[in-house]
Order: sequence, then structure tokens, then C-alpha cells
Amino acid sequence: MNINLKYFKEGLKDGVPIALGYLAVSFSLGIAASNAGLTALQGYLASFLCKASAGEAAGFTAIKEQVPYLEIIIVTFVANCRYLLMSFALSQRLNPKMNIIHRFLLGFYLTDEFFALSISQDGYVNPYKCYGAAIIGSPCWCIGTSLGIIAGNILPAKIVAALSVALYGMFLSVIIPKAKEDRYVFLSIIGAFFMSFILSFTGISSGIRVIIVTVLIASTFAVIKPRSTEDE
Amino acid sequence: MNSWIYIALMAVTTIAIRMLPLTLIRKPLKSKFIRSFLYYVPYVTLAAMTFPSIMNETSHFSFGLTALVLGGISAYKGLDMFKTTLICCISVVILEFIF
Repeated sequence: MNINLKYFKEGLKDGVPIALGYLAVSFSLGIAASNAGLTALQGYLASFLCKASAGEAAGFTAIKEQVPYLEIIIVTFVANCRYLLMSFALSQRLNPKMNIIHRFLLGFYLTDEFFALSISQDGYVNPYKCYGAAIIGSPCWCIGTSLGIIAGNILPAKIVAALSVALYGMFLSVIIPKAKEDRYVFLSIIGAFFMSFILSFTGISSGIRVIIVTVLIASTFAVIKPRSTEDE
Repeated sequence: MNSWIYIALMAVTTIAIRMLPLTLIRKPLKSKFIRSFLYYVPYVTLAAMTFPSIMNETSHFSFGLTALVLGGISAYKGLDMFKTTLICCISVVILEFIF
């Protein structure tokens, strides 16, 4: 079987739980968007172009407050800063010869979930896994936002809670297998849990919290246990 | 202020952040520190996003914590992404409806 097709199918399968989680999260995002006065079409477009829960939530709040245009750029930048780190990290996992169109698409679809999926592969990342998941997941993200704007609170909170947890289940299935084989990854994850927990009491936004934890813990471990090329 | 302009600014900023490193950096970075740093980034980031946020998603924090523990065990036992996720969701549905 064609190797790209194999990855594409894997992505489709892994995309199902992602899509379910997206529906739930984007639905609640849609409620925030309607509070900011956006129409279903505007919410759909914002979600198609931005694909970011924290970033969009921050943006919608800013729109509601009618901030100056420069401020929404800064707010969006800060809330999405972790994608800069992810994009750097992913750039190191691509075949240097990969063409620009694949790089553009991987960047366009660089959400937490598709990123997790891409880096769960060994060796160079095959972009088709991300495409498979994106074809199911991305429309759900956009449709969920529009539904949230139109329908508001019709889904029972218990169901929304269960669907929201799906995204974390996905994250776990990326980090745990690696932690099992690499003691230092295990320790860095424990460190991140701990520090993130402590910082959650300070009142800083979750976007900033993730950046601080990532920079401090990852650089600490880069010093404690530097990696050679063979590790990747 | 115009909502369309706001959305356009959000979109351009977000897309630029995601695409620039991926398209501009086409070679392995030389610095061993930066390479090591980037090796840990994905795992640390995903961990920081998971905890403690997972406990805010459910009506009682212990439901989210249960999902975290069960999901962690499932992934450790080698279950795939779909099954791990399903176990997290089902455990929360059950807890939400019992309590």
C-alpha cells in the first residue's frame, strides 16, 4: 500500500476522537463568539483561519471589548505563542527536502492535537497523517463554532464535560508512551505537571502559563540531559 | 470597530506564528542546547496543557483527575489514541451521571 495513503488512513482514524473533542470545545467557543456579536459565518471563518481555542477565546473577548486593532494582534500573539515553539520543534522533525506546500499546510493545521499526532511518528514526519486528521477535525471545529453561536446552551453540560476531556486523552496517548521509554521525558512531564499546577494559583492566563512552564522545564532538561541527534 | 477586520488580524497573526518557523527553518539547527530544548518542548507543552486544566472541564475536579489517571494507565498499557480517549470520555460520562 502507498505509504502516504497508509498515514492518511491512520490520521483519519485518530482524527475521530479529535473531531469529537473539537465539536465540544468549539461549541463553547461559539457561545463566546456570539457574546462578542459575531454571526455564525464570522465564527466559522475565524475558526477556519485560527484553529486555536485559547487564541480565539482571547480574540473574541477582545472583540467584545472593542479594543484597538493593535491590541488584538498582541493578544492573539501572546495567546498563541506556544505555536511558535511547536512550529520550531516540528521544523526539526521534517525532511529538509520537504516542499514548501507541505510546510505551509502543516503550519496552517498546527493545532495542539494535529501537532501531537504529527510528532507521535518516528523519524521524519509524514504530513499525510496530519491531513487525514485535519479533514475530519477541522470542519468539526468550524461547524461547532457556528452551532455554538446559533444554538447556545442546548447540549447538556455533562456531555460537554465528557467531550472536552477527549482532547486530554489524546495528549496523554502522545506523552505517556514516550515517557515510558525515556526516563528524562518522564521526569520533564512530572515537572511540567507540578509547575503548571503551582502557577494555576497565580491568576496568569493558561496561555502564558503553558509558555512559562515550557520554556523553564524544557531548558532545564536540555541542560541536565542534552540530546544527541540519534535521540530524534 | 469592524468585526471582519478583527477576524482578519487574528487570522494573519495566528497563521504567521505557525508558519514562519516551519517554512523558514529548513535545516537542522546547530546548537545542541536548542536541539535538546526542542526535543523536550512537545512533551512538556502537552503536559502543561493537560494538568491542571483537565480538572476544570468536569463538574467536580475529581472526575477530570480520574480521567487523567485512567487515561494515563491506558496509554501506559499500550492502548492506542482512540481507545485511550474513549476511556477518558466514558469515565467522565459515568461519573457525571452517577454523582
